[in-house]
Formats: sequence, structure tokens, C-alpha cells
Amino acid sequence: MTTTAETTAYTQDDRGFWGRIFHLWPIKLVILIIVIVWIIPTLGVLVSSFRTPDAVNTSGWWTVFTNLGSNEWTLANYSNVLTSEGFGNSFLNSLSVTIPATVMPITIAAFAAYGFAWMRFPGRQWLFVGVVALLVIPLQMSLIPLLRLYTTVNLNGTFPAVWLAHTGFGLPLAIYLLRNYIGSLPSSMMESAEIDGASHFQTFTRLVVPLSVPVLASFAIFQFLWVWNDLLVALVFLGGEPDVRVVTLALNNLNGSRGQAWHLLTAGAFITMALPLVVFLSLQRYFVRGLTAGSVKG
Amino acid sequence: MADLNERDLGVDDVQQVASPKQEPGPNFLTQVLRVVVSLVVPVVALGLLYWAGTVVLDEDANRLLVVFVALIIGVLGVFALYFAMDWIVSRLPERYQTYVQPFVFVGPALVVLSVFLVYPTIVTFKLSFQDRHGEGFVGLDNYIDVFTDPGTLEALRNSFLWVIIVPALAVGIGLTFAVLSDKLGSKAEAFSKSFIFMPMAISFVGASIVWRFIYNFRPEGFGEQIGLLNGIWTGIGNEPVAWLLQEPFNNFYLMVILVWLQVGFAMVILSAGIKGVPEEIIEAGRIDGANEFQVFWRIIIPSISSTLVVVLTTVVITVWKVFDIVFVMTSGEFGTSVVAERMVTEFFTFGNDGKGAALAVVLLVAIVPLMFLNVRRFQAQEAQR
Repeated sequence: MTTTAETTAYTQDDRGFWGRIFHLWPIKLVILIIVIVWIIPTLGVLVSSFRTPDAVNTSGWWTVFTNLGSNEWTLANYSNVLTSEGFGNSFLNSLSVTIPATVMPITIAAFAAYGFAWMRFPGRQWLFVGVVALLVIPLQMSLIPLLRLYTTVNLNGTFPAVWLAHTGFGLPLAIYLLRNYIGSLPSSMMESAEIDGASHFQTFTRLVVPLSVPVLASFAIFQFLWVWNDLLVALVFLGGEPDVRVVTLALNNLNGSRGQAWHLLTAGAFITMALPLVVFLSLQRYFVRGLTAGSVKG
Repeated sequence: MADLNERDLGVDDVQQVASPKQEPGPNFLTQVLRVVVSLVVPVVALGLLYWAGTVVLDEDANRLLVVFVALIIGVLGVFALYFAMDWIVSRLPERYQTYVQPFVFVGPALVVLSVFLVYPTIVTFKLSFQDRHGEGFVGLDNYIDVFTDPGTLEALRNSFLWVIIVPALAVGIGLTFAVLSDKLGSKAEAFSKSFIFMPMAISFVGASIVWRFIYNFRPEGFGEQIGLLNGIWTGIGNEPVAWLLQEPFNNFYLMVILVWLQVGFAMVILSAGIKGVPEEIIEAGRIDGANEFQVFWRIIIPSISSTLVVVLTTVVITVWKVFDIVFVMTSGEFGTSVVAERMVTEFFTFGNDGKGAALAVVLLVAIVPLMFLNVRRFQAQEAQR
């Protein structure tokens, strides 16, 4: 660490190949160690999910690295988990829960954010402060009354029940974020749209929404991951019936019923992770911003 | 700069979008057509919603069809409802329109928030003063129960430990990594960071399975150890250990999972903070003879203190509400329960609505000051942007 000040004087080219590798080596070593420790858990699951049940059961997954030629690889775990353990169905269920539960709060929040930012009506400020105050409510506060409410209207265990619950829980953050962004659009622009005869609805759909794509994307990714990875809301309002259960619940049930079937558990775990990891890898920039913003979610 | 450019582009968009509005008034035929279309669209939208509802609620329906219909409702259905409401309002006389229109935009959000947050919060408060069936009035009994019952006391104690240890470790490791990787080349930095950050995309349930595998235990004589930790532990000549049954250390083994998940978040935010510290200040410090440790403790840390507070409070809130990890790993047994998990157990397993509600209120009350801090901080940050 003490060498940085002096070495900044040199350019990279002054050192040879090995010089560059070993430059700042204590720092690189620490980083390497942390990175390895962070990857190993996921790596173990990934490797095990492709091993035969027998191999998973009789030897540690790390032994494959000293025994590379062995013929213990298989895709059967995945086909097993996807079909007979119902993860294929659950994957579709997760999609049909997650996509509407992402789009609905965004749509509702975008309209509301525009209303709060650019329309005049009595109580506007107070209502917005009220919405922001709702950020503090943890969703645990809503579980019991909502479950009772759903029971009376016969909505328990249905997709709309979960969509609406996620919409409600996601709305305060969505309105807050979008209101900040939409409110910062130049007022001269809104005025010229009004002078040109655009209604609020037209201004919103043709002007505000296209301009808000970055913040919409950030929130969309945050909400998507939140809903996809959620267990509690799905557990309470959707339940574990095979025809509706989502991947997190399927994994939890598999863990409960076959807690030592590691060839299945690892494959199942990877199926639940696959989509979020793809989202993460492809949309990292928006992802970071969404998570930062998500720091105020209740 | 990127934002600025987008906005500049936006102004051009306005002119392009807005200019068609100035066309001469529509003739009779298009007028009729518009009325027909605007009549048909809301009717079709509502009909579609109804049909979609029956499909989605039908248990025998084809899975792919359900997914497809769910997409239609979520994406188009909600938008169609707004469109329909706007159409209805635009038929009203001009002077009513300005009064009603804001509620077309804001109203649905207010309704959803009232039903899903405001009303339940009030009911939960009320329930927390009622008995286990949600009847009668029992005063503070539930709260007294929460703070005297050994089960919930254990959950409170554990939650307290979680809230101290996890944020400290997550922020500590995250900060270390952010500072060290800052000294690498930008490609190596981004590459190494993405590995630390990746667990953020993984669900708590998934992470719990990943770590249950690591903690896996087999008694001696029941085959080779396939859990990594016991593999290492027995490899250096020890007896295998059932890690998750070791009270009170099993709490710590569960905390490790959340640390693993949260370090990436702390690291990314703190790294951005560190890059925001002006280079001149750091150089000035070095010229004055500060070594790298002094630069870190006396210049960088004070400069990012507000970011540190945000990260800490955010992680604390996440930790305080942790449910999934404990639920999946141990179901709160072996002395590992925490408040958020206990709340669900009281309510669903023991059927004690009153105590469950009281625990939910305890969760809420502890969060309020932290959230207040975070929102104010976020406001300041957005104001700078």
C-alpha cells in the first residue's frame, strides 16, 4: 500500500509483463482471495448440479478438479428437476407473477408521478408526503389484514392476489423515484406541449414516458429482481400448490421434502438463479442504479 | 453529462411530437371514427380484462396461455384502464375536466396504496391490542408477551446480534474491497467487482441452499463429507461438525450468508463514494507526508462518511427484516429465530394474530428513524444529480 505514491510516477509500460503482474502484489493477493471466497459457494453448486447423484453423494464436489477425466457428468439432474419436481412449471409461474408485478406498479406509479409533478389539485403536496411516508411500512405490517381481505373476496392463492400485493408494496418507492425524475424535466418543455394543444394524457404518453426510460428501467430491474427472488409474499398469498407455486417456493419445498438430495437441490437452486443472473450480467449499469435507489424500500 | 445529452435530445422530441397537433380540424368522417374507436377501445379493454381474469384464475388452463394472458393484463390491461378513464373524463364539460383529471392520474395509485398499505397498517395496529383470534381488547398484553416470552426474547436477542454483526462485516469487507480494487486498472477493477456483486442477484432462498450445501454434515462413518466446510475441517484432522446445530454459533453461520449477499451492495456504493473524493485533496495529503493509511483514515473516510451512513442504515434495515434465510435454513429452531421470522411463525404456525401483529409493529417502529434518515439523504443526493 505504501508504494502507490512513488509508482504513480511510472507509466505502465516501464515494467515488463511480470513486473505488471507483481506490481502491487499484496493488494492483488487480498483481492484475489476475497474473489475466490465469494465465487466458491456458487461454483460448488454449479459443479454439483452437473454431477451424477452417485458422484454428488459419495465425494466432495472439489474432487472433480483432481479427477477431471472421470465420467460422472450428467444433465439428468436438470431434466429431473424441471419435470418431475415441477420446476419447469414453477418457472412459468414465476414469470407470470413477476412480469405483471413489475409492469403494474411502474404504470400506476408513472401516471401518479406525472400527476404529482405537473398537475394542480388541492392537497397535492400533502398526498405526496403521505406516499413518501409509506416507504417505512415493512410488508409484514400488511400480511395479516391482507390475507383476511383476500379470504373474504376469494382471491387467495391466485396470481392477481400476488400482483396486487407486490404492486402495493412497490408503489411508494416507484412513485417517489419517478416523481423525482419526472419533476426535474424542464417546465418549458411541458409548457410548449400545452401551448401546442397536447392534453395531459398525450404529454404523458408521448413526451414524459420516452424521456423517463432510464429511471423506468432502473426501477423495473429492481422490482423484477425483488419479485422474482421473493419468498414471503408468494408463500403467504399464493401458497405451495404445484400449479401456482413460484421457483423460490418450489426450491424451499424441495429443501423441506428432499433436503439431502443435493444433485436435485443444486440444479433447482441454479434454475432459480439463472434469470436474475442473466439480468444482472446484461443490465449491470441500470441494475446498480436500481439497487441504490432501492435502498429506501420498506 | 449523459443525462444532459438525453435532455437536449428530449427538447427536439417535443417539437417533433407536438407539431402534428397543429393540423387543421378533423372532418366529419374522422370525427365519427374517433368516437367509435374511443367507445370500442374501453369496452374491449374491459372485456379483455374480464376474460383474462377468468383464464388466469382457471386452474386447468394451459400454462403458456396463462403466462401470455398475465402479460396482457399486466402490460396492456392497466394502461387500457387509464386510457378508458381518460376517455370518459374527456367527454365531461371543460370546467369539470380540470378538477377530475388529476385524479385519473393519481387516483389509482392512491386507491392501491390505501388498500394495500394504509388500511392494513391500521388494522395491524388494532390487532396488536387484541387477542389471538383478533377479537376483544387485551391492552398491552401482546407487547408484554413479546418482551417476556423466552421464544420472542431469543428472537429479539438474535435480531439484535444480526443487526450489529452483519452490517459491520458487510460494510467492512465492502469498504476494504472498494479501496483496494480502486488501485487496480479499471478493467481489472470492474471484473473483480462483478464477482463480489453477483450474489446480489441471487434470492435469499437460493443463497440459503448454496450455503446449506457448504455447511452440510455427515456423522463420522456415514460416508465422505460432501460439505466444503466439513471437507476442509476433517481434511485437517478434526471430527466432522454439525455446524447448524452449534448454539449459539449457528447464528453466526447464518449471518455469513447475508454478509455474502450484502457485501456487493456496500462495495458498489462505497466505491462510487471513494471515486468522488477529489484527487487534489488526496495528493495534497500525500505531499504533506501522509502515508496510505493516514490518507485512508483521515481523508477518505471523513469524505465518504455520509455515504457510509446510508450504506449502514440500508444494510441494517435489510438485516432487520431478514426472514427467508432463517426460515429455509433452520425454520428458526436451534436458537436461531429472528423477529421477522418469528412474526410469520406466530401468525401462521401458532395462529396467534395478536402477537404476530405486535411483532410486526415492533419491526416497523425500529425502522422509522432509519428510514427517515435514508429518505432525507436520498433527497440530498438526488438534488445534486
